[in-house]
Amino acid sequence: MQAELLIQLLLSGLGMGFIFALIAIGLTLIYGVMNVVNFAHGEFLMLSMYASYWAYALLGADPLVSLPFVAGAMFLFGVGVYYALIRRTMKSSMHAQIFVTFGLMVFLQAAAQFFWGADYHAIQDSRLSGVLLVGGIALPVPQIASGVGALLATAGLYLLVFRTAVGRSLRAAAQDREAAQTVGIDVDRMNALAWGIGAACVGTAGSLLSTFYYVFPRVGSVFVLVAYVTVAMGGFGSIGGALVSGLLIGVLQVFSGFFLSSSLKFVPVFLLYLAIVLVRSRGLLGSQ
Amino acid sequence: MRANKGTSLLLSLGIAFTLAGQALAENVVRIGAIYPLSGPAGKSGEDTLNAIRLAVDVINKSDPNSNLPFAKVAGLPGLGGAKIELIAADHQGSPEIGAAEAERMIVQEKVVALIGAFHSSVAATASQVAERMEVPFISGESEATNLTERGYRYFFRTTPSSSTQARDFFLFLRDLNKKESKPVRTIAIVHENTLWGQEFAKSAEAYFPEFPEFKLAINVAYQNGATDVTSEVQKLIAAKPDVVFHASYDAEAILFARTYKTYNFHPQGIMAIGAAFGSSAFRQALGPDANFYLVREHWARDLGRSNKLITEVAALYQSRYGKAMDGTPARAFQATLVLADAINRAGSTDKEAIRKALAATNLSAEHLIMPWESVRFDGKGQNVGSRGIFTQTQNLAPTTVWPFEMATASIVWPRPAAR
Repeated sequence: MQAELLIQLLLSGLGMGFIFALIAIGLTLIYGVMNVVNFAHGEFLMLSMYASYWAYALLGADPLVSLPFVAGAMFLFGVGVYYALIRRTMKSSMHAQIFVTFGLMVFLQAAAQFFWGADYHAIQDSRLSGVLLVGGIALPVPQIASGVGALLATAGLYLLVFRTAVGRSLRAAAQDREAAQTVGIDVDRMNALAWGIGAACVGTAGSLLSTFYYVFPRVGSVFVLVAYVTVAMGGFGSIGGALVSGLLIGVLQVFSGFFLSSSLKFVPVFLLYLAIVLVRSRGLLGSQ
Repeated sequence: MRANKGTSLLLSLGIAFTLAGQALAENVVRIGAIYPLSGPAGKSGEDTLNAIRLAVDVINKSDPNSNLPFAKVAGLPGLGGAKIELIAADHQGSPEIGAAEAERMIVQEKVVALIGAFHSSVAATASQVAERMEVPFISGESEATNLTERGYRYFFRTTPSSSTQARDFFLFLRDLNKKESKPVRTIAIVHENTLWGQEFAKSAEAYFPEFPEFKLAINVAYQNGATDVTSEVQKLIAAKPDVVFHASYDAEAILFARTYKTYNFHPQGIMAIGAAFGSSAFRQALGPDANFYLVREHWARDLGRSNKLITEVAALYQSRYGKAMDGTPARAFQATLVLADAINRAGSTDKEAIRKALAATNLSAEHLIMPWESVRFDGKGQNVGSRGIFTQTQNLAPTTVWPFEMATASIVWPRPAAR
């Protein structure tokens, strides 16, 4: 077996893994602070991909340029969703919370198809497309960019959560809602912030993804299942865990697809997930 | 007295006939269409259903300038000008939903026939319902071979099956080897893993004994909804095939084409079955990278050079829906005409009469918008008059390149590398 082929597979796997990780990081942050699973997370991804595409198609903006704007817009969208919908369910049962985000998912998918049709759209030329050739190995530029983006996002989030006052407040709200309120932390604001940052993360992922994956109303469901597995496997609420398990899944599915069977390439992923969760129910890097 | 009785009798008979004539003319023929209108194949489903809507419109309206069947007169003449009412349903790609919709349309919407379903997996379950309830089901584009192997009486298929189509791949290669200096020897098959893809792969593999000059290099099956096809493409690169036979739906066709380009995979030719690689959606998404794919087609617009009906229907579709017609909408259009022809000959909306008329269908080439010899169904409900072509996307336009006698341009072979 050529070393070159193995390295190629590894790098491709890592490339996909960084994308899974970036999508999962947003999800795990929301869960970590609020104990709410955002079932519409895939649709946040879909919306950010559409935003990136329309910026390209209508304004001629390269995704690299529109990325911070898309992330910013998604931040506002996440905050908006919190204040408009989620906040009202915070005092209700878990069922109400699940149904609200699930309903949002269905609504967003249908709305996207209603307004933009079922057409596939793809960005043809961007500064982030193409391939970098290193020796005989092809490194798709979008995936290199996703890697850089994911690492920056993880580092940025770590700094925010563990090194700033705002981060301390976020962690306090996550740990014990009532105690945090007692010391004067505006828990409501923290929740909104979590939603905003989570949405901005997945917005970044969507922007990067739109440079090489096609956009259509159901694209969220293609990626979101893997995102849930990534979060659960890495540990709910753990940013580092989302990164590690995202990479693990990315690499595992490429190697399984090549050496075992393309049609069964996610089976080892789900088996690994089951194994980890059975042995260590808090996930790889989760707490409590 | 007598004169009064006579007059009133004549009057009542006159009224009765007028009413009957009116009732007959106002009679509507309800047909149900089941297609994927959302989900990954939503785009293709919508395009296909639009062709059926167009056919129904052509039949219902009267246009003395058109040469399309049933176009000159409004409605179906054999039923006194009755119009077709099309009722559409979305099966979302799910066989269960397709079956449920078929039942709903038969029981609640009282359709006299069904047309569908794009996905072979859905056509299988929906036609099962139709067979049980003795309602004719016609499919213009569901290709899985076993659909006509079930011994059904009510299922009719105008499109050639997967296995017939797979044979065209080998015929084409054998023809090509006669003219090219580097003969093609090894073949890789890449296919999606539902009924359609599996059927195609099985059919293709079954022809190797008949064409012993070729060998199978590798068979790669993948799941729909793939996020990434790196491992699949790397397997292909490792197997080094001369050509690839490729069966994908829209979504993965785009993904594979991009991944082929990323890793610079360029066998001598990539030959695809199905609508995806030749569709306008594919060309829009990929731009110049869509060129040089070979697609085993049912239909091409440039065949309009020898068949004026093709030019006419292509222009109608383009002006109404703002996009080019391709092989799947064309087949759906043809199937609608075949169904209308059968209902017309049956002269009634009785389902058994329609079934008998379908079984007796015999339409010759000059009435068809497909490059076929005829539409005639065998005992299993399969049309045996069909014929395939290969088109190659050149300058972003599908160009007929095989059979070589019907080619409108010469084939670009082997496929150029990406870099």
